[in-house]
Amino acid sequence: MSIDVHQLDAGAWISVNDSREVSVSNLWRLARQEFCGCEMADFLAEGFVEVGVDTRDIEARIAGQCITCGASGVTDWLAVGRVVDGEFRPVVPESVHIPCRRSRLARPASPE
Amino acid sequence: MSTNVEGWKDEVYGEEIREHLFEFAEEGWESIPDDEHDAWFERFKWWGLYHQRNGQESYFMMRIGTPNGVLEPGQLEVVADIADEYARGPADNPEFGGAYCDWTTRQSIQLHWIRIEDVPEIFDKLEANGLSTMQACGDSWRNIVGCPVAGKDKHEHVDAWPVAEQLHEEFKGNDAYENLPRKWKVSVTGCDEGCGQGDINDLAFEPAEKEIDGEETMGFNVRVGGGLSRKEPRFARDIDVFCTPEDAPKVSAGMSALFRDYGDRDDRFNARIKFLVDEWGTEKIRRVLQEEYVEYELPSAGDDLRDQYTYNAGRQDEHGDHIGVHEQPDGNYYVGLNVMVGRMGVDDVRELAALADEYGSGEVRLTQRQNVIVTDVPEGSLDAFLDEPLLEDYSPDPHPFMRGSIACTGTEFCSLSIVETKNRQVRYARWLKENVELPDGIQDFHIHLSGCTASCAQPQIADISLRGMKTRKDGEPVEAFDIGLGGGLGEDPHFADWIAMRVAADEVPGYIRNVLTAYEDESGEESFREFIAARDEEELEELAEPEETDYADPYMHNTKMTWYPYAEEDAMDDRPTPARADGTPITADD
Ligand code: HEM
Ligand code: SF4
Ligand SMILES: [Zn+2]
Repeated sequence: MSIDVHQLDAGAWISVNDSREVSVSNLWRLARQEFCGCEMADFLAEGFVEVGVDTRDIEARIAGQCITCGASGVTDWLAVGRVVDGEFRPVVPESVHIPCRRSRLARPASPE
Repeated sequence: MSTNVEGWKDEVYGEEIREHLFEFAEEGWESIPDDEHDAWFERFKWWGLYHQRNGQESYFMMRIGTPNGVLEPGQLEVVADIADEYARGPADNPEFGGAYCDWTTRQSIQLHWIRIEDVPEIFDKLEANGLSTMQACGDSWRNIVGCPVAGKDKHEHVDAWPVAEQLHEEFKGNDAYENLPRKWKVSVTGCDEGCGQGDINDLAFEPAEKEIDGEETMGFNVRVGGGLSRKEPRFARDIDVFCTPEDAPKVSAGMSALFRDYGDRDDRFNARIKFLVDEWGTEKIRRVLQEEYVEYELPSAGDDLRDQYTYNAGRQDEHGDHIGVHEQPDGNYYVGLNVMVGRMGVDDVRELAALADEYGSGEVRLTQRQNVIVTDVPEGSLDAFLDEPLLEDYSPDPHPFMRGSIACTGTEFCSLSIVETKNRQVRYARWLKENVELPDGIQDFHIHLSGCTASCAQPQIADISLRGMKTRKDGEPVEAFDIGLGGGLGEDPHFADWIAMRVAADEVPGYIRNVLTAYEDESGEESFREFIAARDEEELEELAEPEETDYADPYMHNTKMTWYPYAEEDAMDDRPTPARADGTPITADD
């Protein structure tokens, strides 16, 4: 089944198969990351910049800020959820995530 | 690669969206195919409907564009009736009740909790009274803003109202400009106060004088590429063009066609014309405008009046807004009334409409500071009008902390938001009024609060800028603000410098108090803005500390995780949405 994913409303959320699934304003814990100097970034998601699909994984680059050190910018690619049996299962933002330097995306979706 | 949005716009966009909208309205919310939601919600914006945030599915915000903020006699009453009948949601707002109108920073009106099934009826009522939601959102000519007292102002050099009106007539529903790469915001200023806020619009007409064929002619200088959104604020830039009021539509057509053809349709984050001005520079913008879009020879810029601008200019000798009683050139008066955070309950709106009828001409105007103005009050009726009980709540002489407050929509309805905004700003202003003595000589003190970097409350042009953030307190995430200082407009506009970052929301009033204390202790004759401008970043960082006080903030938790921050049962799982036209929730197994 094909998965349709895009970011909408100026990056406010990620839509997966026309359903609003991932929203801005959550805090994400990022480890082994190059976004800022923190061992573990405490990252506030302020806008989804790019989204894409890698088989079943929904991935995004997110604009925001580390609220520990104040660094702001755009993250590398992060898995934000996956589609299982046609249903979107989001990751838990507060658990630890590892951004991926290069896009592994089979099919990057266009911005908004 | 073109974007999804551009693809959807290629299929259906502009005026034709209306038929589809009405069909869905007829058949109900559930008739919008699930896999077409994103496309249709993007398109509905063109007709002023913006799907509310997560948890509020099937409810829409509706924006009514009132050019220059002018509501003609009778129109405000219609708006009140519509809000009363159709803008009621499943839960009330604790400060403002069950139905209310928002006056916005672009002189428009916003209603919330609108159901698609009611849209045709609402449109009928609006249109029968000369009002419309057309192009209020979406990628086209937005509501045209300007001096809210155009045509009624002693400071006026060109009457900006007929110009704004003409642009409105010409560019609303004009298919040559209905599908632009992004929003297109236009401002027309005719006075020497500078209250049209041209500097933060995509296209600005500002009063200027020029000798043409040996004759001194009043008209406008043209600036292009202002805007506040994201962390990329820009002031509009002078493109060295003068135009007469008669030529304003030609220059407007040319500039918006240039934007249509050259704006970036591949990347919506880079689409606003401010980025094209960055890339091309003003000389190229002018050259392309002249060569490809305007048939007559564009005169070079005339002498502007910017050195006289008082509006939000950081001066203390004159108020930089339109609050209070002011004489019009015809001998009548206009009376500007303060509306806290731009929101008024419907009963008050109806009463305001009645008072405008009784004491004035019935006309009411909206300002870019989220306030209202009753015009055309004869001198003999002034005292009786000023004695009306409604003016106790919407004062023509408000306390500076009330007068200076602006707040955007925030987590109550908005998808992009990070924090709660309007109710919090009301509480901030009340606390500051009770607890903080303003230093001598400060009459105007602007605090603008935006829930995210989109900057709908125009935080960067305030004395104190508040922009939604998060921080942790005792390990728990709480709502917070980045705080900027010293922004404003005037001859030399300045964006606030971001000084105190990630301040927990309950420590913001204490911080503001401490900043004002430092100003009082350390300043001589300088205005607040001069005081900030005279200090470098390091000094400013040491100026004051955030502090907990007896101010209590009921919205510290993540209000975005709720379906509605003020509902009794506010958890996302308790949401009564999506709902049918009668308000009954549609459950997953339906
Ligand atoms: C549901 C509520 C709202 C949403 C989702 C929303 C969305 C946005 C977004 C995404 C931006 C920045 C992106 C861009 O460049 O276009 C923006 C900027 C802005 N909006 Fe809003 N907005 C809302 C309410 C309002 C209101 C009530 C007003 C007043 C009419 C307003 C006025 C503005 C202004 C003045 C700016 C920034 C100036 C600029 O860069 O042009 N917005 N809004
Ligand atoms: S500034 Fe942000 S939170 Fe406030 S209304 Fe605009 S988009 Fe929403
Ligand atoms: Zn960090």
